[in-house]
Amino acid sequence: MLKLSGINAGYGKNQVLFELDLSVDKGEVLCVMGRNGAGKTTAMKTIMGLIQPNSGQVEFEKRKISKLAPHTIPKLGIGYIPQGRRLFSELTVAENIEIGLMTRKKGKATRDKVLDMFPRLGERLKQRADTLSGGEQQQLATARALCLEPSVLLLDEPTEGLQPSMTALIRETVLTLKGEGVGIILVEQREDAVRAVADRVAFIENGRNAATHTIEELTEDPSPFRKHVGI
Amino acid sequence: MLALIEGLVQAAVLSLTALGLSLVFGVMRVVNVAHGEFFMLGAVIAWWVATLVGTNPALGFIAALIAAPIIAGLIAVITDWLVLKRINYDPEATIVATIGLLYILQQSVLMTFGPDARPVEAPFNTRLAIPWIENTDAGWALYWPWGLSTTSYKLFVIVAAIALLSLIWYIMSRTKLGLILRATQLDSETALAFGIPVERVYALVFGIGAALAAVAAVLIVPIQQAHYLMGADPLLLSFIVVIIGGLGSLRGTVIAALIIGMSDGIISVFFTPTLAKIMATLLVAMVLVYRPQGLFGTRRV
Ligand SMILES: Nc1ncnc2c1ncn2[C@@H]1O[C@H](COP(=O)(O)OP(=O)(O)O)[C@@H](O)[C@H]1O
Ligand SMILES: [Mg+2]
Repeated sequence: MLKLSGINAGYGKNQVLFELDLSVDKGEVLCVMGRNGAGKTTAMKTIMGLIQPNSGQVEFEKRKISKLAPHTIPKLGIGYIPQGRRLFSELTVAENIEIGLMTRKKGKATRDKVLDMFPRLGERLKQRADTLSGGEQQQLATARALCLEPSVLLLDEPTEGLQPSMTALIRETVLTLKGEGVGIILVEQREDAVRAVADRVAFIENGRNAATHTIEELTEDPSPFRKHVGI
Repeated sequence: MLALIEGLVQAAVLSLTALGLSLVFGVMRVVNVAHGEFFMLGAVIAWWVATLVGTNPALGFIAALIAAPIIAGLIAVITDWLVLKRINYDPEATIVATIGLLYILQQSVLMTFGPDARPVEAPFNTRLAIPWIENTDAGWALYWPWGLSTTSYKLFVIVAAIALLSLIWYIMSRTKLGLILRATQLDSETALAFGIPVERVYALVFGIGAALAAVAAVLIVPIQQAHYLMGADPLLLSFIVVIIGGLGSLRGTVIAALIIGMSDGIISVFFTPTLAKIMATLLVAMVLVYRPQGLFGTRRV
């Protein structure tokens, strides 16, 4: 349902992505792995329209979206949890959630559903986002994106710097959404976290596709993990 | 007491003007060097509207109060769309662009309005004496000393500014539009990723910033006069206020405007205007050294 093909993109003269292909289907979890600086975040920003590709296509539900105005892309139903969370730090928990609800004009029912998934946030609605703990901030970033009721969700290194208990909560959330038919692109550096949720894994090296494997292939032969990600 | 009211009038007008500058810098990271020219435009439009409307100064004033911010705001929105957007809001390029805008606006007004200062009549101007208490032989008594009179219009300026500031505060902190503005200010890229049309927000903010300067000028022009070079002082004072108050802090802007406006009013009455300017400059230097984020700013620079 979401497909990148032949993407060349970067920042000004500094090209980062070269002929990159990625795709994810309804109810599928695609994990994207690669060393620091490989271009994973750049690929997510290209999907969101935050970076205009020099060439190549981003298609969502058979529609070319890379030429759309960036602010219209999330309204199609693409939820984004950026690397480092990027909460609106001086806004309260409730206001951060409100921004997510505004994106696709969702109402109280969505809000209640999302707060049910993360009860800790419900207890801290009036608190500023930057006063939350790391785990709570990640929950808020997730909640904000789920307020769109997205059909595709992008998660950029959500477990970075978090304790194992939070990692487990994110894993559960990903699996629940997958069960509801959401297509998920998960950028993740940790092999165990990938193994727990992935259907397919795309390895990126220096902005290029290095290899893509199903999780079954990787269970049989885990060498690509070491080859493309290990040091 | 007279100095106090003079100071409050200065502070009222200054806080509106500075708030416009602060909003534009806070949300867009654009240093609008032409901000004072939008103030000047407001005054000139007020004169123009008052002349058009003719005999009834109150009617002309109300028309100016509506027309000036709308026209100045529209000019700002068009500038944003034609120029600032095209240069991607690059901080250095926008400074150059707004310096250009400053000269364009100034010269256009010089060519059409002319080099003379022109007065605008106040809508109403009753002299008011303010009662004072004095300890007489018969105990504390109210009296109306000759020196403590002011005009009703000056009080109106103060009240109008407070009403406008409250309105802005309400919009920023209690409405959806305010939430969108604050989110864009904090992280424009993430705002975009959540469907906020950042370019439209920028155009709107640039327009509101100009409109605030224009409305401040309409309020003050019956007391001062409209002149094509009148934008320099409000620009300088607004910069001082924004530096002292901290960026994007409404409370800081108002308090700093009070400090600068009051001290300007009071020191100018009792000493000289030059001393007032020196004091303000010293205050800026001290804030920059000891609290670079401004007295009320929260963000690190
Ligand atoms: N805003 C930016 N401007 C210029 N170059 C950038 C910017 N962000 C990232 N880069 C460069 O793009 C490359 C890929 O970065 P990124 O996509 O963040 O990698 P990853 O997410 O895989 O760690 C890196 O070489 C990085 O230095
Ligand atoms: Mg990254």
